[in-house]
Amino acid sequence: MRAFISIILLIIIASGIIVVLNEIPFGEPKTKVGNYYIDNGREETGASNIVTSVVVSYRGFDTIGEVTVLFVASIGLGAVLAARRKKEKRQIEPASLVLTTGCRFLFPLILLFGGYIFIHGHLTPGGGFQGGAIIASAFVLIYLACRGRRVSQTGNKIAESIGGLVFIIIGLVGLMVGGHYFLSNYLPKGELNLLFSAGVIPIIYIAIGFKVGSELAGIIDNLVEESK
Amino acid sequence: MIYIVSLLILLMLAGAIAAMFFKDLMNAVIASCMVSLIAAILFYFLQAPDVAMAEASIGAALVTAVFIIAIRRTKRHEK
Repeated sequence: MRAFISIILLIIIASGIIVVLNEIPFGEPKTKVGNYYIDNGREETGASNIVTSVVVSYRGFDTIGEVTVLFVASIGLGAVLAARRKKEKRQIEPASLVLTTGCRFLFPLILLFGGYIFIHGHLTPGGGFQGGAIIASAFVLIYLACRGRRVSQTGNKIAESIGGLVFIIIGLVGLMVGGHYFLSNYLPKGELNLLFSAGVIPIIYIAIGFKVGSELAGIIDNLVEESK
Repeated sequence: MIYIVSLLILLMLAGAIAAMFFKDLMNAVIASCMVSLIAAILFYFLQAPDVAMAEASIGAALVTAVFIIAIRRTKRHEK
């Protein structure tokens, strides 16, 4: 009986989705603002990656909300897991030689790649969120290979706080100096397609990269410590 | 091109169904990781490399790691 009801519900939901999706033509622009970004984004922000110019410049305020959601999730997980943590030390089995050597070899390379992704966020695909996630996956490798070794909690917190502070302070300075709106691009835009271009966008993306990387690494750290 | 994409979508569906029916939860996690990876490749084909990068690093790497940690904490085999 329950299976029957759930199948009926699934059919109703699926037919609703099909009806709604049929109304929307695939790939056609429905809003005019998207075309505006594509036509004028390069000149107005100086970033050759249009996605970055939307995420950091045009919709920068939404990005603050996104980063805040991640921050609250990380803090909440830490609080929930810290409440039920037991103080016991079990003997930790060391990982095999192949895994340890491979992870030690790959760790700096993955860190470098993550840094490259968020430093070049305004030129190539990717940015702060992607680079931060790649850096966090490097820390996952370290937890796999070197059991018992931990990321420094204070260093993690400091990187996260400095990232958030730089983001907010640059946005507030833009409120005073630039076009009198939050996160206005008040630094010189420079030449298109160069590393030092696009004004405040690379600085903000580096801050986001540090913040997201330390938050995700902190989440993994909390879970790994809980599961020992 | 359309054949490659349809093959990838079929593989993705197979991975999703396999993730539902595996009794060993470790295999199910690996199958769902495969779904995320193929979704990343499809995003790349749809000319969204930013989303593909986020999907590959978060969906395939970090979520899999979190699931594996959870399995180590609980039971590995479903009854």
